[in-house]
Amino acid sequence: MNRVSRLFAGLGAALALGLAASGAVRADDPLKVAFVYTGPVGDHGWSYQHNVGRQAVEKAFGDKVKTTYVENVSDGPDAERVIEQLAAGGAKLIFTTSFGFMNPTLKVAKRHPEVKFEHATGFKRADNLATYNARFYEGRYVAGVVAAKMSKSGTIGYIASFPIPEVVMGVNAAYLGAKTVNPNIKIKIIWVSSWFDPGKEADAAKALINQGADVLMQHTDSPAAMKLAEERGVYAIGQSSDMADFGPRAQLTSVEDHWDEYYIARVKAVMDGTWTSTDTWGGLKDGMVVLAPYGKAVPEDVARLADETKQAIVDGRLKPFTGPLNKQDGSVWLKQGESAPDKDLLSMNFYVEGVEGGLPK
Amino acid sequence: MDLVLSILLGVVVAATPLAFAAIGELVTERSGVLNLGVEGMMIIGAIAAFAATYGTGSYIIGSLAGALAGAAMGALFGVLTLSLMSNQVATGLALTLFGLGLSALIGQSYSGVSLPRFPQVHIPILTDIPFVGPLLFGQDGLVYLSIALVAGVSWFLASTRAGLILRAAGENHDAAHAIGYPVIGIRYLAVMFGGACAGLGGAYLSLVQTPLWVENMSAGRGWIALALVVFASWKPTRVLGGAYLFGGVAILQLHSQALGLRVDPQILSMLPYLATIVVLVVISRDRMTMTLNAPACLGRAFHASS
Repeated sequence: MNRVSRLFAGLGAALALGLAASGAVRADDPLKVAFVYTGPVGDHGWSYQHNVGRQAVEKAFGDKVKTTYVENVSDGPDAERVIEQLAAGGAKLIFTTSFGFMNPTLKVAKRHPEVKFEHATGFKRADNLATYNARFYEGRYVAGVVAAKMSKSGTIGYIASFPIPEVVMGVNAAYLGAKTVNPNIKIKIIWVSSWFDPGKEADAAKALINQGADVLMQHTDSPAAMKLAEERGVYAIGQSSDMADFGPRAQLTSVEDHWDEYYIARVKAVMDGTWTSTDTWGGLKDGMVVLAPYGKAVPEDVARLADETKQAIVDGRLKPFTGPLNKQDGSVWLKQGESAPDKDLLSMNFYVEGVEGGLPK
Repeated sequence: MDLVLSILLGVVVAATPLAFAAIGELVTERSGVLNLGVEGMMIIGAIAAFAATYGTGSYIIGSLAGALAGAAMGALFGVLTLSLMSNQVATGLALTLFGLGLSALIGQSYSGVSLPRFPQVHIPILTDIPFVGPLLFGQDGLVYLSIALVAGVSWFLASTRAGLILRAAGENHDAAHAIGYPVIGIRYLAVMFGGACAGLGGAYLSLVQTPLWVENMSAGRGWIALALVVFASWKPTRVLGGAYLFGGVAILQLHSQALGLRVDPQILSMLPYLATIVVLVVISRDRMTMTLNAPACLGRAFHASS
């Protein structure tokens, strides 16, 4: 049924845009910027943060822009339909914010050379299709350090969505960060095969806690696991946005995504006519990845260690994926002192040595 | 042993919202109405229960609000399909979309808000029995209500005169009308009961299972409930079994992953649906029982003049 609701959402958006487009186009008309979200803007995670970025664009440019968004768009044909409608409806810049929108965005971009497209977390570009992403793994590495410091049981629970490089990278980074503190740290991973299903995320959190995890991390978008951690008296690391409202005691920190500055810069580039197809991958240094303020439970020495780790990454002294590092099967990935090139990270499909369990294919 | 217990407790939590929604839809369908709006009624129940509990501090009032809001959605469906004779399938789908949208609107001010933990039953001695105690005597009130509802519906349909009349409306509305039973009135009650149950299922989701309010949080459970009714071949007790089977597989796959078993989660996620198909095939092998089980007038509009 989700498909049906998304179809209707798409039709609704198309209708709204069609009406908007029917007015006469004047030279000083506001620039139309559209956003396509995979979840609801109220998810308090991924889509929520993108929408914060959209609001920042509105605030920065006032009357000069007109933004629209379509939420709850599923991957595949539905996404293509929605993006096509937005492009045909007069949007001049379209941000599509889910990995699964990659091929649909590329297809529509080819049909609309006059429209600029920006796809988040993907790797396919064209003259009018740029890509952007954030180095969440840097934040997750620091979060791993905090998690391992705070864990008494020595087991971190990790709720993962889909085994794409983005998520696998996050698991590995968190584990490597945690291992610097406690070489015997264990990381238990549950793949829930969904970006957003609060009930299932809560069930997964329960399963992890019952199997001994006392710090939860997540790569899914709802605050359900945070809420559960609060209730069950364990700790958790937030995802995408500050989730302290859901776990005032439980949240140690949160790996936040900040798209505001990027979105504003890109909208400005379109207005100035300086927009080109680029590939942006910003991290802690660029302010695209931000760690939420440490929770009350985090003692000073842990906070200091986390800050030092973060600073080392910002300064470039520390690269989370640096050898000697083996893959889970024991084969050598990185030699002593060698850092993983971006292309290795972007195609990561294996666990590093020490992570237990099988990676779904 | 602790692990087994926690798995079993998890199964109960995952199964209860499905059991509520499915038993309500079962009654609706037995009266001859197909309401595909379960998802919409559930999510409205979830936000109504959450908002009422937050406002009053009482879980009982909250649960009631969830049921009432669901029933109101059911009544709306009734007005559209029973009085105004709109198409049941299309109206049901529309009800789901309406519910998802309306709940997001109402829920705007409730995201990020927290509720205290839902109280669980504690009977001295009984609840303290190891293993069996927490499982049988330590659940929250809604779990017992869901089981009581299934038992009640089972008894009502099979052994009461009113239940017989409801089934008559579903099997042959013309005959029921000819004998003098108010087919439309019966269906209104059934649809509202179905809505109330779906609302309770939603309430369980937002008050107990997560417990928080986020948009779209029902995440397809209403559709699973619809499938469960067919899976159960319109028999109340089988609905309960089906709900626990679904909940069981869902929880087991999460635990098996945390234990590090090397099974692809995609395959495990498919299992409940695979189980449904297998059971459907097994039941449907006997054509006679299948046709006998489905209410003959399911989804057909009734008008006294026709």
